[in-house]
Amino acid sequence: MLIDWFTVGAQTVNFLILVWLLKRFLYRPILHAIDERERRIAAELADADAKKAEAQKERDDFQHKNQIFDQQRAELFGQVASEAKAERQRLLNAARMAAEVLRDQCMETLKNDAHNLNQAISRQTQQEVFAIARKVLGDLASASLEAQLGEMFVRRLRELDGPAKTSLAEALAVASGPVIVRSAFELPIPQCAAIRQTLNEALAAETDIRFEVSADLISGIELVANGWKVAWSIADYVAELEKNVGGLLEEQCKPKARSEPKPVPANAPADAEAIK
Amino acid sequence: MHLSPDELIFWQYGFFKLNATIVYTWGLMLVLVMGAKLVTRKLSLDLQRSRWQNLLEIIVTVIVKQIEEVGLSEPRKYLGFLGTLFLFVATASLCTIIPYYEPPTGSLSTTAALALCVLIAVPLFGIEGQGLGAYLKTYIEPTFIMLPFNVIGEVSRTLALAVRLFGNMMSGAMIIGILLTITPFIFPIVMTVLGLLTGMVQAYIFSILAAVYIAAAMSTSKRRPALNKN
Repeated sequence: MLIDWFTVGAQTVNFLILVWLLKRFLYRPILHAIDERERRIAAELADADAKKAEAQKERDDFQHKNQIFDQQRAELFGQVASEAKAERQRLLNAARMAAEVLRDQCMETLKNDAHNLNQAISRQTQQEVFAIARKVLGDLASASLEAQLGEMFVRRLRELDGPAKTSLAEALAVASGPVIVRSAFELPIPQCAAIRQTLNEALAAETDIRFEVSADLISGIELVANGWKVAWSIADYVAELEKNVGGLLEEQCKPKARSEPKPVPANAPADAEAIK
Repeated sequence: MHLSPDELIFWQYGFFKLNATIVYTWGLMLVLVMGAKLVTRKLSLDLQRSRWQNLLEIIVTVIVKQIEEVGLSEPRKYLGFLGTLFLFVATASLCTIIPYYEPPTGSLSTTAALALCVLIAVPLFGIEGQGLGAYLKTYIEPTFIMLPFNVIGEVSRTLALAVRLFGNMMSGAMIIGILLTITPFIFPIVMTVLGLLTGMVQAYIFSILAAVYIAAAMSTSKRRPALNKN
């Protein structure tokens, strides 16, 4: 008989014991370990998913902020560029205006300098011309010329009109000192006698006359008494001419001093007037 | 030369005896339980774990997956019974490489005991799953005429389980024993390797058939509502 029933029973019991033992020592711990690991992995995966979602959200936020930042930066750049352009235009205008002012000032300065130079040249020329004239006339002066001047002086004394003659007489009357007659050269005696006689006749009184020589007169004769002076000399002519030329120059300067930034057309007729 | 390790009796007292089948079974139980105890003594719950733990986890998860594929929706409930069936038969076959070892599954008493366990477990799981009445009613499905055939079917498949495993294991051991006397060097080794394969296949077949029987007992109750609806 191949089947031993005691062995069958024993093996059945053995098998049931083995089932219990393996459940206790094998299946339960192994399944618990697997479940625990799966639970941990699931937890880690859930955590990773949560972190991923959070990271995605933060990434989206960051991208959104980046876009806003880029937009704001572009707007600010545009605003700054337009402001810089406007500022550049403003500065250019200011610089242009300053340059124009400076140019006008320079032009004015140049004109003033030119005018001053012209004036200085004119004065110098005037002085030189009159110095040369004085010198030439002084060189031309002589005793004979002086004699003719003496005759002319005598004639003018005689031609004195009433009021002038009266004033001269009064001046000579109250004069404390003698009447002084100055001449560039020493007058000849007949000339002196003629002058004394003419004065006596004109004033109807005996006049104390003293004759002096003064080189400043260049050529001519003058009579000085108590603030009165009757003269005829080339120096007076020259002084009169110098005074007239000086006045003419002053007239020429005045319109230029009053001239505006566009003096050329305005000065042209003034100069013409001064020349006339 | 003996057909079954039952014949090798170490100790006997009347009806009680201690034969090689029982002793080898105890040895296998000791190996299995001690091995499981040693490995599961310090299990790692992290991703890093020992190779033995990996091996046991692979074995257990494969068994669970196979049970699930058979059609049992709660495989962990049947893991203790079906997994132990497979591990016991497989270990008994694997140990045939040990000299002077005789697999206890080569004893008809052992296979009959295992088949009896299946014969008892199937209705137990069936009754647990669908209740006593509903389970008993499956024997008269589709008509009461099928009752004897169903009963015969239950008994015959249990017998087939026992004889199939016994025949395969015994024949393997017998062939190796015969070949050892004829061609002592090469062929016994080849036949031992073949015996390992056969033993693995038998372990798989035995446990899968048990699972299929249980699934059949369980799924009858699941099919019925669907049929009623139709």
